[in-house]
Amino acid sequence: MAGERAASTDPDALSWYEATARQRVVALADPGSFREFLPPTERRMSPHLPLFDLPRAFDDGIVVGRATLDGSPILIAAQEGRFMGGAFGEVHGAKLVGLLRAALELTPRAVLILFDTGGVRLQEANAGETAIAETMRAIVDVRAAGIPVIGLIGGRAGCYGGGGLIAGTCSRLAVSEGGRISVSGPEVIETNKGAEEFDSRDRALVWRTMGGKHRRLTGGADAFCADTVSAFRRAALDLIGRAPSFDLETLEAEQARLEARVARFGDCRDATDVWRRLGVNDPETVPAMDTDAFTATVARVREADHDAR
Amino acid sequence: MESLTFRHTTKKPLAGSLPNAITGVVASGNLEILLERVLPPDACEVAIETPIAGYGDVWEAVVADFVARAQPGGLRISINDGGARPDTVSLRLLQGARLMEV
Amino acid sequence: MTLAEILGSLFPDGHSVTVREGLVGGSGPFAGNSLAIVGVDGDTPLGIDGALTLARSVLDTVRAGGRTPILVVVDSDSQRMSRRDELLGLNEGLAHLAKALLLADRSGHPTIGLIYGHSAAGAFIATALATRVLAALPGADPSVMDLPSVARVTKLPLDRLTEMARSTPVFAPGLDNMVATGAVHAVLDPEQPLHGQIRDLIAGLEPGDARDRLGAERGGRPMAQAIADAVIDQARSG
Repeated sequence: MAGERAASTDPDALSWYEATARQRVVALADPGSFREFLPPTERRMSPHLPLFDLPRAFDDGIVVGRATLDGSPILIAAQEGRFMGGAFGEVHGAKLVGLLRAALELTPRAVLILFDTGGVRLQEANAGETAIAETMRAIVDVRAAGIPVIGLIGGRAGCYGGGGLIAGTCSRLAVSEGGRISVSGPEVIETNKGAEEFDSRDRALVWRTMGGKHRRLTGGADAFCADTVSAFRRAALDLIGRAPSFDLETLEAEQARLEARVARFGDCRDATDVWRRLGVNDPETVPAMDTDAFTATVARVREADHDAR
Repeated sequence: MESLTFRHTTKKPLAGSLPNAITGVVASGNLEILLERVLPPDACEVAIETPIAGYGDVWEAVVADFVARAQPGGLRISINDGGARPDTVSLRLLQGARLMEV
Repeated sequence: MTLAEILGSLFPDGHSVTVREGLVGGSGPFAGNSLAIVGVDGDTPLGIDGALTLARSVLDTVRAGGRTPILVVVDSDSQRMSRRDELLGLNEGLAHLAKALLLADRSGHPTIGLIYGHSAAGAFIATALATRVLAALPGADPSVMDLPSVARVTKLPLDRLTEMARSTPVFAPGLDNMVATGAVHAVLDPEQPLHGQIRDLIAGLEPGDARDRLGAERGGRPMAQAIADAVIDQARSG
């Protein structure tokens, strides 16, 4: 929508974590290049939330459209983590599925997914779950057509539940310190298995186990960004240029990579144990490292970089 | 959910030519406002969907105050409310009007 | 039906399928070829170790070639909820399994899901929902979350949710609702041999993802297909 122009801010100064989905998209893309599909003026809202007496959003919590990135055409989707936790409902999910299917026709340079989600929207659980499955199939189709699908993760809702599975289906992932990737959220584990298994109030434990630094060090993400839109833009451009293909060779490499990870770290209780075994000298210092220090640490960890996704 | 609609006549149209804009996010204590330049230049309509029933008179006062200050002639304004306080609503309405003044 | 009954009905001449710690693997003779079986039995939660075991089996089938169909049998819990699984990157493990199944389908191996018990959340997405066509047996109980948990999260009284569930398939657990949303393509007849019913499903496979169309036709997902199509239309017209 036109109003986004006024909402855009300096990408060097704009915090990814604090920005809205719309601000991220507009500041990430080339200036003025974003065109939204099914914009808020079309009012494609959830048909289900009123049953629960819950407010709706004009875009159902996801912004989709096309833009250019360094002059190349891309398709882009951004979830709004503040609306219903960025969760997948029927319309929300279908917008992402449609965008990915459109990529097969339009053959853009890449599809960017700006994750910010708690997973399935429970009020529309069956539709959300099915949309996640459709999204994963569509991503595989797009990747097999030679189009990179890049996930960017650094929002306040993180990337949980089915969102974590979709992320694992992408060609490449960039993550910031604030980005968390996980299937079961801390509260879900605690509710089902008790606080001895996972104390969800222990925020340091949450960041160590699911946070961007752990994912980057273990190869669960391919780039680590400072919390600015321009850092994510640079990471996206870099990752587009080195996306793995989707074929048997890649998946066999991923099989070997993940089996090796389980064999090597399967008895670790805490992320610091994993980091020590990865060769990080002072694993206790990792959470407090700034981006430069952390990037230097990652450069010494062999497992962090691979084409096995 | 409660639906409220307020119609006003303004003394002048809102400056600028931007056809539409959106500001805010539907979240607890927050709201989103969609502004569309689709009405006659001396008309303004504000439609609100809110999960918190029973505050129609507060909304009416906030909207009347906004219309008097911004003179948003020509605008249809649609609000999805997440339970925002009146001062937040006022602030967002004025932000939205400023976005349209280009 | 139990897994043993299913396998008996699929393979009247015998099979090599085994179950180890709730993980199913093996094959049997099928329509002049063989049918590979992977899956989860006994309401077992799917963790990263199990996901990798199943994925390896799927990739082995792909590497062997021969267009062998793969049947994914599912009676699972949700994903295994543990600190260890998340520390080891469960999202990558489950996504890897789903990708292996999607690759198999793309590589000429028809993938068919068969849910005969429970399944939920991440385990459901990584197994049954990653197949080309998903069938169910009566009594199957797929869900995203049970109603008492939904009541806790949505802060709505359970009796009101139970009432809403009768008229609103989009959120309520259960097989009928997953059929209505299009996630489950077909419900099989346990009184008839499964061999022929699975063979017919394979013969009738359509290209593309039919789930949003089925959801629109059956009324369980009234808007999804129209929304996805509208995005494609607007993308085309630039």
